[in-house]
Order: sequence, then C-alpha cells, then structure tokens
Amino acid sequence: MALDDQAKRTFKVVGTRVGRPDGIDKVTGKAAYGADITAPGMLHGRILRSPHAHARIKSIDVSEAAKLAGVKAVVTGADLAIPDDEGFADIAINCLARDKVFYDGHAVAAVAATSKSIAKQAIRLIKVDYEILPHVTDVDAAMKPDAPAVQEGRALENVPAGMSQNVTTRCAFGHGDVDAGFAKADKIIERSFKTAATHQGYIEPQACLATLGSDGRGEVWCCTQGQYMVRANCAAVLGIEESQLRVISSEIGGGFGGKTSTFIEPVALALSRKSGKPVKMVMTRDEVLRATGPTISASMDIKIGMTNDGRITAARGELRYSGGAYPNETIEMGAQAAFAAYDLEAVETVGWNVMTNRPKEIPYRAPGAPTSIYAVESVVDELCQELGLDPLDVRLLNAARKGTLSAYGPTFNEIGLVATLEAAKAHPHYTAPLGPNQGRGLSCGFWFNFGGNTCVSLNINDDGTVGVVEGNPDIGGSRASISMMAAEELGVPYEKVRTVIADTSALGFNDITDGSRVTFAVGLATIEAARAAIREMCRRAAKIWGIDEDAVLWEDGAAVPAGPNAGTHPPMTLAEIAAVAGNTGGPIAGHHEVNADGAGVSFGVHLVDTEVDPETGATKILRYTVFQDAGKAVHPDYVEGQMQGGAVQGIGWALNEEYIYGEDGRLQNAGFLDYRIPVASDLPEIETVILEIPNPGHPYGVRGVGETPIVPPLAAISNAVSRAAGVRMCELPMSPPRLLKAMTG
Amino acid sequence: MRYVKPESYEAASALLAAEDGIARILTGGTDVLVMLKAEMVEPDLMVDLKHLPGMHDIAAEDGGFRIGAAVSSAELGEHAALKAMWPGVVEGAELIGSTQVQNRATIVGNLCTASPAADSVPGLVTANAVARLHGPHGTRDVPVVEIPVSPGKTMLAKGEFITSIYLPARPVGASDAYLRFIPRTEMDIAVSSAAVSLELDAGGTITAARVAIGAVAPTVRLVADAGAAIVGTKLDDDAIAALIAATEAACSPITDKRGTIEFRTKTAGVLAKRAAHIAYSRAGGKT
Repeated sequence: MALDDQAKRTFKVVGTRVGRPDGIDKVTGKAAYGADITAPGMLHGRILRSPHAHARIKSIDVSEAAKLAGVKAVVTGADLAIPDDEGFADIAINCLARDKVFYDGHAVAAVAATSKSIAKQAIRLIKVDYEILPHVTDVDAAMKPDAPAVQEGRALENVPAGMSQNVTTRCAFGHGDVDAGFAKADKIIERSFKTAATHQGYIEPQACLATLGSDGRGEVWCCTQGQYMVRANCAAVLGIEESQLRVISSEIGGGFGGKTSTFIEPVALALSRKSGKPVKMVMTRDEVLRATGPTISASMDIKIGMTNDGRITAARGELRYSGGAYPNETIEMGAQAAFAAYDLEAVETVGWNVMTNRPKEIPYRAPGAPTSIYAVESVVDELCQELGLDPLDVRLLNAARKGTLSAYGPTFNEIGLVATLEAAKAHPHYTAPLGPNQGRGLSCGFWFNFGGNTCVSLNINDDGTVGVVEGNPDIGGSRASISMMAAEELGVPYEKVRTVIADTSALGFNDITDGSRVTFAVGLATIEAARAAIREMCRRAAKIWGIDEDAVLWEDGAAVPAGPNAGTHPPMTLAEIAAVAGNTGGPIAGHHEVNADGAGVSFGVHLVDTEVDPETGATKILRYTVFQDAGKAVHPDYVEGQMQGGAVQGIGWALNEEYIYGEDGRLQNAGFLDYRIPVASDLPEIETVILEIPNPGHPYGVRGVGETPIVPPLAAISNAVSRAAGVRMCELPMSPPRLLKAMTG
Repeated sequence: MRYVKPESYEAASALLAAEDGIARILTGGTDVLVMLKAEMVEPDLMVDLKHLPGMHDIAAEDGGFRIGAAVSSAELGEHAALKAMWPGVVEGAELIGSTQVQNRATIVGNLCTASPAADSVPGLVTANAVARLHGPHGTRDVPVVEIPVSPGKTMLAKGEFITSIYLPARPVGASDAYLRFIPRTEMDIAVSSAAVSLELDAGGTITAARVAIGAVAPTVRLVADAGAAIVGTKLDDDAIAALIAATEAACSPITDKRGTIEFRTKTAGVLAKRAAHIAYSRAGGKT
C-alpha cells in the first residue's frame, strides 16, 4: 500500500501528543503483567539449571523429588517432543536439555509443587550425574579447529571443510573490485574489534500461567512479544495442534527483542499436563541473565581505504559472531548492515556464526547491526582523524541516498540519511566548545525495518465509538499509534477509538512484535480496515438516501453526497450510521489481512560528548543528541522515547554492560549489581531531533523507529571516548579498568 | 525460620546464644533481605532489634556522638551537628544503595556484613569510631577497625551484637572525607575506596591524619604510613606523592569481575589523594 498521493496531507490526529491508553493502569498498579495472574488450584513451577558450561547428562534421578509431599509433577527433556523442524527442536532442547547441557544455566528438569518453597526444596532433591566436558565461551577460541565442539553436525554447506565444528554459517555480501579500490586509497586503516554479549535488560522477568488438560486443550497467559509465536513453539514442543492452545499476552514490562522466544511456557504446559493443574512460573533475575537470550558476542576485522579528500575507495569486513550454543542467523543481519550507510564502489563483507557454551542468542533491538556498525564507524572516525577531515563532512560525502546500490544488494529508494546528517551538522551541539579531557563522537546507524504478516479488525460500535483488534503486544506505544491512525482515517476523535490486543483465538495470525514492524504494518492494516469500514458506511448511507453508493464520499467522519447530482442530503456521521446499522444490513466492521511489504529502511545519527577521567578511566556522558528519520512520527512522544531509550541502552553497552565468564565457563555477573545497565544519574537529558522523510511504502509515510536508535551509540561513544582519551578504543565495553589501561599503557 | 522480637538486650543475646542453627539480626534489613531473596542464606532464626531502647537515637556524648544501631543513613544525613563534625562518615553512609535503601540501611549493618567494600566503614575507621557490643557476658567497647576480620566475618562472639557506634569529639580545624570508585554514579559497590581524616593547626599544617582504604584488601585497612606521609605538610606535591605511594603499598586486592589488582591499587591512591584535598579544604586549609 503506497504513500497517499494527496500532496502534503494535513493530519489532524497523527503527529499530536495524545494521552497514552495504558498510562493510568501502569501508574496505579492495575496493569496485569506476566506474574499478576493466579488460578484456582494453581501450582508453582521451578526449574533446575546446569551449574556446568558443558557436560553430558549421564542420568537424572527425580525419584526423591517426586516423593516430596506437595510435589505434583516433575519433568525432564524426555517429557517434551523433539520436533522435526530444527528451529523448533533447538527451542525444545533449550527449554529442557536432552543428553547434554550447553551452558551454565541450561534447564535440566522442572517441578510443580503446591508452594514455592516446596518447589525449591524439590529441585534440590533431583540428582543429575554429569560428565563434565571441555567448554569454550570465546568466539575466537571457538573457531580454532581443535576447540571443544559445542554441538556436532550443525554446520551448513557453505562452511568450508576443515574448520571447527562450531562454525555453522558463512555469509558474504558486496560488490565491486575491492583490491582495486584499496589501490586507489591514500590512507588505509585496518583494525580488529571485540564486543561483549549484552542483555536486553527488560525489567519484567519472563512469567507465565499455563494449563493443559487431559483433553489436550490448553491456555497460556504470558509476557511475550508474540502470542502466535508462543502458540507455535509450544504446540511444536508439546506435540499438540495450534487450535488446541490459546495464548493470551499480558501487559509487558519491556522486551527489546528479548521476549521473541519461549523458555518457560512449554515447561509449564508439560508440568500442567502431568499434574492436571494450572502451573505458574516466574523467572528470577539470575535465571533471566543466565538462561534467556543475550546478544551475540563479536570479533571483527574492518579495513577501509580513503582518499585525502575523504572519499572511501574500498571497504572490507570480516565478522565473527557467536549466537551461543546454537546455529544462529544474526550474523547475516550484522554483515548486511555493516556498510549500509555508505555509497561504495567496492565493498565486501564476510560473516561467520560460531557456537560457544553460552545461552541461545535472542534478538535485542536491531540484532547484529550495532556491533558491525560500531566497528565500521570506528575505522571511519579514525580515518577522519588521521586525514584531518570533518567526520560529518566525510559521511555526507560518502552517504547512501536514493539510487545507491547498497552494500547488501538492494538499491535504496527514498531514504533520510543525508537529511539526518545535515540536521546534525546544523545543530548547535556539533559546534559547541569542548573542555579538557572531553571528546565528541558521532556515528550513523541503520536498520532494515520489517513489515510481515498482520491482521486487524476494526469494529464500528453502535454508540459511534470504534474498537480496533490487533495481534501484537504493545512494547512501544503501538496501541496509541494504532488508535490515532484509525481516528485519523475515520475522521473521529482519538478518544472515540480503543485498541486492544487479541489472544490467538480472536484474530488471525500475526508475526511477533519485532523488526520495528508494528506501527508500520499494523498501522497500515488499520488504515485499510478503516477504509473498508468507510466503504461499508458509505454504502449504508447510500441505501438510506436511496442513491448510488458511488455517489457517497467520506469527509470529516461523515458520509456526504458526492456532488449536486447525488442530491442534497445532510452529512451522516459515523455515529448516526452506526446507530441505525441494524436496520441497514447489520453490524459494521472493517478487516484487513496482509503480509506487509515496503517497510522502508531507517537511518539515524547520534552525536555525543564525553569526558574521561585520566586517573580512573571513568567516562561521563556530557551531552547526547539523537537525529533520526521517522518517516512520519505518529506519536512524537513515543518516537522520542524510542530514540532516547536506544541511546541509553547504547550507553550501557558501550561503557559497562557485559557477560563476564570465569575460567570455569560460569557467568560471573548474573544480577543487576554487576551487570551494569545505566542508572538515571549516569545520564544527561538525551536531546532528540525527528526528521520526516516519508516512507513511500506506507499511506502516511510511517517508518519503523524502534531499532535504529540502538545502532549508533556504540560507535558514537567509542569515537568520543577515543578522542577524549587520545587512544583508539577497539573493545567494548570501555569499562574503567579497560580504558585506564589503554590510557596509561 | 523463626522471627523473634525480644523485649530486651539480654533476651536478644540469650536467644542468639542459644540458637544452634543460622541466626541473623534484623535492623535495617537491606543486606539480609537481599540475601534471603537471592537464597544466599536461609536463617533458622531472625532476631529483630530495631525496637529496642536507644536503637534509633543519635545522642551527644562527651563532645562526640553515640549512634544507635538502627539509625538509618538518611537520619545521619539529616543530623546537622553530626554531619558538620564528621562529614566524611556521613557521606560514606549516604552512598549506600539508593535513597530508598538509605531510609533503612544502617552503618552497624554495613559494618557487620563485613564486606571489604562497605562504604561507611573506612570513614568510621579514620574517625577512630568505637562499637559498643552487647553479649551474654555484658557489654564491651571495640574499635570499629577491629570488628571485621575477613570478608563476611566479624570478631563478634556468639550471642553478641552491636548496639551503638561512638564517634569521638573533634578539635577545631579538623575534618574528613570519603570517596569511592564505582563504574556508575550510584546503586553500585565500591571497586576501591578511601577515607581521610585530618587535623590542622592554625597555620594550615596537618598535625594528625588517618587514612583508610576499602575494597583493596580482605578488610577495610587503616594505612598508618599514608597518614604519616601528610602530617607536617600542607598537602604539597611531595606529600601527595608520598600519600599515594603509601596507599598503593598497603593495597592487596584481587582481580575479579569488578576490577583488576592494578586498577584497584591505582584508583585507591587517586581516591586517597582526592579525599585528602577535600578533607583539608573542609578543615579550613587553603592550598
């Protein structure tokens, strides 16, 4: 569905800052999250987890646990199906291990008991006989041919023979003659980078309440970014049909991509099936960090050649990502995104995925892109320093624009990178003076954005209000945005529209809330559903007026005759048509089902000033400005919130957040004390500048905005710190001990 | 777990002395409740002391102050006279956790958890603070520096607990300061820390100084050489260099997820230097 061709449409609702529909529930504690539901006769589930990074399970003896009074069910991997599909099979063995544990925290067995304390006692009575195996947690070490094999036989055919079994995928993108390009360069810089795995850091741990009866029918209430995904995963892992499982998504306390998979729901269902009772499971923070998905960890080599006047002549990247103990495709997105901001004659990116004894990677906003773009933008910045060039001018000179053959294949349509860079250049932040030990850094960021499978029902209520039913959990304000787009299209006030999120039995399939897709794709489907309802309302008005339905138009929330030939009927408002719908053919609703295309890529630029303490290696973020193309900002508060949130999460990733493994392969910092996300006092006010370069693929020009903001901070901050410290930093996080060591040698 | 609220100090020590299992004391609860939630400890007995007489009092005594074991960090921060006399002690207490935590957390609890990184302890040590202990055999006074013996362990005997801390009087021209290094700006645990307490003569020359360091040894450490390095000076460059050298020499940290030996040692010296400058300025010294 293309951008409406009304030149410069004037919006009435879209673009305003209306009140959020979930605000009062959230501030009063009424909102029901994953752990807020109980059921009569409910049991408490608890999981036993591996203390070892890598071990063979020789035997599991659950007999003592099962005998404990109050224990109603004990399950192990043998209680789950092994689906034929490899993706589902990986989910099954990640929910409950089979013959091996792959990482510290891997689930091994679970119990359901009448109280939490009995469940706790019971898991201590389960005896697991492990044969401890050598482990590997570092991506480079795991690539060595003699590294311990995390899994065997998982490599795709594109991986050359003779490599470690841990290497599962090779991918390559690019165009042009890279060697010839480097020959034309006046300056070439080649650097190696490493980044630590980080966690999404959502405040609400995973939680669910599940029932599965002897009739094979079940229900799951859970905190998730995709109820249909939970249904599909659970059905496959439990070996039941999707029609028999109803999944209801709770209010969600943060996701950021981390709730796009299942960890406890299939286990709770298995325990419920065995016990005949509802089973509630709530993960602890320790479990969340040890066993749900962090990001990839990465090792990367980047080589870029530049002329003395700042033109990039060639670029090459080799990226090694580890997505934990399973095959993983995040490397493909990282490799595709790496050089996306540049218009390049010659570019080549090669990527590898490598298995390590770490938890299964789960997406975290723009998965794969922040790390590869960090490495690329660091080298571009260093070239600017070495050649004495302005880093914004160099990016403008080389910027991708409409018609650019992108580094990953497609040719770009309308994109906002140049406008975003120009906005950064014109902003007072860029020329503000800096003091001693201070440095300014910037970075471009890119994300593909996604559309995907979407269903929307829009119901015209008999009192003239409107109900929108959609199938994507609201993690970033989508209920407000969707109500706004419905109100805009129907010509009614925002307050007349309420959007609710359907359970899996109430609406057709929807892809998960990911890829920054919801405001774009669900919004698009909502506009189409509203148009379907408008067509029907025009038809009803035509019937009442006794004129041809083509002779009725919809204007400002009412049906009106198309012209003088159609007669002189006064407008009939939505409410008036709704009130008599029973007499004109029955209830009125609009529907739309689509696999939405044309999401429109998104670019952002982040500008940051830092100050480093030369005696302690501490970094202070002094000033931060985010520039981003939103296509059309439906609700600017939420768009700014996404931009600020990405910057804040990026500050954590750049400075302190990391998965720290000991020699024993155990995670050392499974808690928010030592897994350091930023606290409020670490942060300056994050300034935002929204640009609106309409996306040709959406009727209002909307682009997804949720992921691009996490992409630039790593490089922007590293560039600022490197300039402030006078030493080029090539590893994240730039924690004080690491930075102090780099500064003092 | 049995939760008991004894009616007297004597009853409390009798309960603690008679317990064969694991006993914990509850005053602020900001450590023990976290440990319970994290399943680090499952006590058989929890003895609540915070209602006992004197526990919430800050009382003037011989020119100094006696602080009850249940006085919160926030209450210390709101006591103007105490804060004026011992600003470094109070700022250590006010760095613990968040505002909410500081409404419950106590310096006695911080001391008895016996973490080498305890934020309020270096200041108490440089202040020459004395803890009053109550036990089955009566009361006794023990210098704060002697209370922790190793990470998580104190010298308290079975059945003993601390009822108050005494901060002595100060002459005119004296002050103190505490600094810690954390990777964030709050809600964190010290990677290294230093407290400095000093007294000046009318001309601004340091006549007495005590320096203590935290998170760089199994217990908070009083560094006599570091204090001696600045006595007789006005914190000139040589004195500061000697202070840093003595501080670094006293460090014997570990490398762990929070920092390396090298980093902890270096920053302890930097913090001692910066704390000395702050304390000197607070005491009225001009540099």
